Amino acid sequence: MTFNKLLPTVPFLLSGTMLMGQAASGVDPADLLKPLKDSWPTYSGDYSGKRYSALDQINQSNVKHLTLAWMSHVTPGPDQGGRGARRPTMIVGGEGPGDISVGGGTIKSSVLEVDGILYFTMPDNAWAVDAHDGSQLWHYFWKTKGGTHIGNRGLGMWHNTLFMETPDDYLVALDAQTGKERWHKEIADLSQGYFSTPAPVVIGNHVLVGTGNDLDAPGVVQSFDPETGDVQWRFFTVPMKKGDPGMETWGTLDAARHGGGQAWVPGVYDPDTKLYIFSTGNPTPAFTNGTRGAGDNLFTCALIAVNVDTGKMAWYYSTSPHDMHDYDSAQTPVLVDAMYNGKMRKLLLTAARNGYYFTLDRVTGEHLVTSKYGVYTNWAKGLNQRGAPIYDPEKNATVSGSLVSPTSDGTTNWEPASYSPDTGLLYVAQDNGYSIFYLTDVDPRGSMGLGGKEEAQVGSGGSFLTAIDYVTGKVAWKRPYYGNGGGGGLLTTAGKLLFAGDGSENLVAHDIATGKPLWHTRIGHVTNPPQTFLLDGHQYLIAATGDTLWSFLLY
Amino acid sequence: MQAKNRLGAARLVGLTIVVTTRVMAQGALPVPAPPASDAQNPAAPGAGGERFRGLVPGKQRPPGDPSQIAHGKTLYGVSCRGCHGADLRGGDMGGPNLLRSQVALSDQNGELILPVIQGSRQDSGMPAIPISLQDGLAVAAYIRSVVATIGSQGRPPSVGKEAPSILVGDAIAGQAYFVAKCSSCHSPTGDLKGIAARITDPKTLQTVWVAGGVRRRRLPVGGAASPATVTVSVALPSGESVEGRLVQIDDFLVTVWLADGTVRTFRRDEDMPKVEVHDPMKAHRDLMAVYTDKDIHDVTAYLVTLQ
Repeated sequence: MTFNKLLPTVPFLLSGTMLMGQAASGVDPADLLKPLKDSWPTYSGDYSGKRYSALDQINQSNVKHLTLAWMSHVTPGPDQGGRGARRPTMIVGGEGPGDISVGGGTIKSSVLEVDGILYFTMPDNAWAVDAHDGSQLWHYFWKTKGGTHIGNRGLGMWHNTLFMETPDDYLVALDAQTGKERWHKEIADLSQGYFSTPAPVVIGNHVLVGTGNDLDAPGVVQSFDPETGDVQWRFFTVPMKKGDPGMETWGTLDAARHGGGQAWVPGVYDPDTKLYIFSTGNPTPAFTNGTRGAGDNLFTCALIAVNVDTGKMAWYYSTSPHDMHDYDSAQTPVLVDAMYNGKMRKLLLTAARNGYYFTLDRVTGEHLVTSKYGVYTNWAKGLNQRGAPIYDPEKNATVSGSLVSPTSDGTTNWEPASYSPDTGLLYVAQDNGYSIFYLTDVDPRGSMGLGGKEEAQVGSGGSFLTAIDYVTGKVAWKRPYYGNGGGGGLLTTAGKLLFAGDGSENLVAHDIATGKPLWHTRIGHVTNPPQTFLLDGHQYLIAATGDTLWSFLLY
Repeated sequence: MQAKNRLGAARLVGLTIVVTTRVMAQGALPVPAPPASDAQNPAAPGAGGERFRGLVPGKQRPPGDPSQIAHGKTLYGVSCRGCHGADLRGGDMGGPNLLRSQVALSDQNGELILPVIQGSRQDSGMPAIPISLQDGLAVAAYIRSVVATIGSQGRPPSVGKEAPSILVGDAIAGQAYFVAKCSSCHSPTGDLKGIAARITDPKTLQTVWVAGGVRRRRLPVGGAASPATVTVSVALPSGESVEGRLVQIDDFLVTVWLADGTVRTFRRDEDMPKVEVHDPMKAHRDLMAVYTDKDIHDVTAYLVTLQ
């Protein structure tokens, strides 16, 4: 459902695509080096992952007047939505037979805002929407071959080309003006259980792409040429042959090559060092040791920095060495230049799924701070020499059951955190669920994938909006949620505001210093990270609930 | 890897009972979860056309000829089982797990498996197996047929070696723990009389008692109160105090179901009006930070004696 405010003033034969003809300089890679302000040209808004907007038109004093500008409901699949003269152009692509039904879909993607147009996704689907009124300009639908359709995190943009990953492992390049396909390339083998959810990240002339997998396949990050789709480099996150780095941390080469470590959320980028820094998921099999050996199972559940031009690793930091609970370290880290021990440092901040918070030096990977921010986190017994938690074998899945916090969903998950330079605090939504993990397969060969256990979620010690001090790792404050809050992720702004869904069907603006709610609107469960941009001199706030995108502004 | 699926029902996988998926932070009852869409639950049937289930890649290959597969199974038992295991998940003689092998996952008609059988990987320890082309294709068909039964999220088709009973605890110690920590609310001759007869599977029994009982995912508005019912009192500025069962609460509204059957919703602004939630289950949740796993196993061992 969209408003057709423009209809009376334009000739009715004009299509939505023609209406946007005046815009369109697209995204120059140099634009992406600027801090987040007027537009939102890449997954995190800028390369830092802070999700902090310098816009302050909406601020603590006036946020209570924030009001609905429009809402736009999208229909995934081949059947066209939209109405009237602004009926969007429908473009269909894909290698699949066209008869595989996926059902509905949820907007979990970050939305790109470029030249007054919003671009966002669901699995197999991309839309362009006019940021003024929410009317749809085009809708691209990809006929799938299959694969896990759990989510899609959005698009990358290079000049006027958009990039989307598909659940059946293609990278698709679209013309941003028309939605027409420029090319598509297979990026992983669906038959080996890969499925792809991340938003591609464009850096210079590189399109950086990760994938997912639960079937004991190796994790891989790849760089593609934005014009041709040719592979520039490939980085496997686990050892693939004898002598590869990290091989000493695996029991066998076969175990390493099937060791997982999927890079399934977008990473961040430090232009000064040319390092692309991303995080990896669990080792496989996830809940049984099998042939994984006694080592750290590198480079699973880790942060990895690679040179963006060569794909060569500069450093790594293992946040969950030898994970045994599917605690993917798949959180987009946050890059901050800030004071630490009296010196200005180039830092990396991350609140991990396993309940631990870390501050690192992002140039060298040097460990600086570890803290336990999960209130009841109980799976580890101390820290190792590099400050990473040491797993407690007693808290692995056991035949008789072990009571563990957090659940395998984690203290946090993929939903991006946010950092405000105004407060020096990292904001993250945490949940302190408990599960009993029962080992159901005691075979010494280990299970496969996420098998070999039963997980019974038995309750939660609470969900909190949490502010963490990067210097000490201590929780500066936390505010309880009634629901499981923070779904979709967080946004901070120079208006001294923090935006998040509260898990009780409200989108909320919080005081960034205390967490006190200053404005809310009951639009349903927020499913993507709230975002902001400037259009025609007005600051907009957008967020999605399921299949609906909502836009708010001050009139 | 598993992305959190806040809205989905997938988190109940592996549970044989419906335990509430989320006991709320402030003692509120679980918010009724919106229905999971098909896209969030790959195992759910779609609205037509082919549907997703189990291992999608396995579904892509057409089913093989049953007689060829049966023949291949026999040959596998003769020539492959020793190294790769009866269940294809690797064997005592060091052969790797075939179910997660790239060759087996991608093979269509033997074009990838056959060369390996014929000796293309002798360098890495896989000997050439002297069988005919037809027999090799049959073995490949058999391997593909087993690969096709891999479950979602990479779960193997069968348990390699089943776990023994979960009952490892000391019933005497469990009884002592029960008397010390549980008996102020529970009694083996009262509410828990015959609990082990009502819940016969020890694993289910343990999960249920640690969670604080079987709970419905939806609020039973109109249903009878239970000892687990969450109540709330709202002190209005007028001096009126409203008490009843909690229907819904967040930072901005609280909804109360009154004894006379009416439902009232009040606006909240920080501490105005004053709202107190009384959740009898809070004690259960608080205990989760206190129990050791041994305590849990001991209490379970005791509870299974309450037939």
